Amino acid sequence: MSTLGRDYEDGEYIIRQGELGDKMYVIQDGEVEVVLENEQGDLVAATLGKEEIIGEMALFDQEVRSASVRAKGKVRALAVDRKNLFARISENPTLAFRLIRTLCTRVRSLDQELASVKTQLGSRTERKAGD
Amino acid sequence: MKSTSQQLWSAPATQGSKRSTMTLQDGARVAVLGGGPAGSFFSSALLEYANLRGLRLSVDVYEPREFTCAGPKGCNMCGGIISESLVQNLAVDGIPLPGKVVQRGIDSYLMHMDRQAVRIATPQDEKRIATVHRGAGPRDLEHAVWTSFDGHLQELSKQRGVTIVQDRVVALSREDGCIKVQSKSGHEGSYDLLAVASGVNSTAHRLIEELEPSYHPPRSVKTSIREYRLGTETIDRHLGSSMHVFLLDIPGLDFAAMIPKGEYVTMCLLGHKIDKGLLDEFLSSPELRSCMPEDWDPEDFSCQCSPSMPIIGASPVCMDRIVFIGDCGVSRLYKDGIGAAFRTAKAAARTAVFHGVSQQQFTRHYEPVCRSIARDNLVGKFIFWVTHLIQRSYLTRAVILHAVNEEQSKDGPPPRMSSVLWDMFTGSADYLEIFRRTLHPAFLARLAHSAAIVIPPTMLNRTRNNSRKSMNSQR
Repeated sequence: MSTLGRDYEDGEYIIRQGELGDKMYVIQDGEVEVVLENEQGDLVAATLGKEEIIGEMALFDQEVRSASVRAKGKVRALAVDRKNLFARISENPTLAFRLIRTLCTRVRSLDQELASVKTQLGSRTERKAGD
Repeated sequence: MKSTSQQLWSAPATQGSKRSTMTLQDGARVAVLGGGPAGSFFSSALLEYANLRGLRLSVDVYEPREFTCAGPKGCNMCGGIISESLVQNLAVDGIPLPGKVVQRGIDSYLMHMDRQAVRIATPQDEKRIATVHRGAGPRDLEHAVWTSFDGHLQELSKQRGVTIVQDRVVALSREDGCIKVQSKSGHEGSYDLLAVASGVNSTAHRLIEELEPSYHPPRSVKTSIREYRLGTETIDRHLGSSMHVFLLDIPGLDFAAMIPKGEYVTMCLLGHKIDKGLLDEFLSSPELRSCMPEDWDPEDFSCQCSPSMPIIGASPVCMDRIVFIGDCGVSRLYKDGIGAAFRTAKAAARTAVFHGVSQQQFTRHYEPVCRSIARDNLVGKFIFWVTHLIQRSYLTRAVILHAVNEEQSKDGPPPRMSSVLWDMFTGSADYLEIFRRTLHPAFLARLAHSAAIVIPPTMLNRTRNNSRKSMNSQR
């Protein structure tokens, strides 16, 4: 088990949707759920694990958090400050490579999910038309 | 089909023939002198960037030490603190620090002065500073529970494809436009680039001086480091997860700390005149004795060393096909040496892969990082000079202690004094940034407020004592 970062209990929120944030987090141990909260309830969009980065989007676009992240079981996460991160990236842009890779992986995964949803919707429409 | 960028960079190097190009080409060979953090950060980054460019490089790291060995044979002699900013940078860069490497996460600093101590908690309420052993551990280590920090980084670089040559380099020469490296056991290699990451505690700088007489190695001072084996429970009870720093009026001492680790506590003394007298004065100080067990014997240590620490960087930091990284290039004054190794190693690797290996390219793309660290050290020097003045006067020490005590005991405005001291002790922020924060009106107001509370009673007491003394002498 890592001894760095902070412990979060099962169900405890690390990031809250709609809040402003000046930190991102690197999961040291355990798993987290990325939750989209809306009027219909909570939708678990993804489950992320060790060494994954969370909350990076708000650092770059300076918008409010787009989703909540909560601990699934016991979690240890390390906060990374916006100030430190950008100071080092400005000195050495290669530090951003991993963040870019993370974003690419997520866009790719979203593309696949979108394609799958579209396929399901398409087959439903076809069935309805056949009826 | 290769991309345009790959076509520009990927002409195969001719093994053994004269290298006419000052860029790393497909099949190029790179030697790294020293397998400590700077060498491992550099070689890993080099292969990662080369992979992005579609280049195949071969990297040999020459390191005579075996980091699995306990005692001096496997140790790179250092206090073993991984700063808050470096812990974050490593996490972002995908270099994990697992529990078997991190001996203790630090969540606070205890500042000791004038027989009092004040706790400065981490601003984020979390453990973002790691204490590690650079080697496997002190010489009396019985069973290795934790892994060496340097060994861990070396293992990660091996996983990326770096070859470790466990041997000492005995000769360097320039031949046919490349660098020839010869090791003690007779291993010879011809390389397109040599990265020197041998620190300031090896004799490698002599080889460089023979190869390039214009090279001036870094200037350094001696430090004093001791390892005390107290056991995990005793450390938990007496020192906890706090780093203990001492602001004492001992001439020649710039910084003293007791760093709790797994089963050991590391004593670390930095200054411009560390000698036996200073060491004894520190070890017998009531401030130190108050945080150690009653039966603690300062002479019952497991390991001790007096490594050099760079205070002024090397000149130059680059030549055609040679680059100096980490301590043997430029490092931060007194703090965060491994953080400086990370910054210089990444900048040198980026330059070598994306720009070239000529002195001109290193001067253009690598040297600015070194200059930025060196400039910041000048501010650091000034800050340590001011700290000296504070240490020498009871009144200034009392004012600082009062300001920190007030900040730590009450919820209120941002704890500016605590955050300045935190970054000063941890090396988490640049010295220039720390200095700027001390000029903030709120910081100065806090200082003035504490001075107004502390100084008048002290002066009054002094006046009373003086008049009592004169009355007694008149009688």
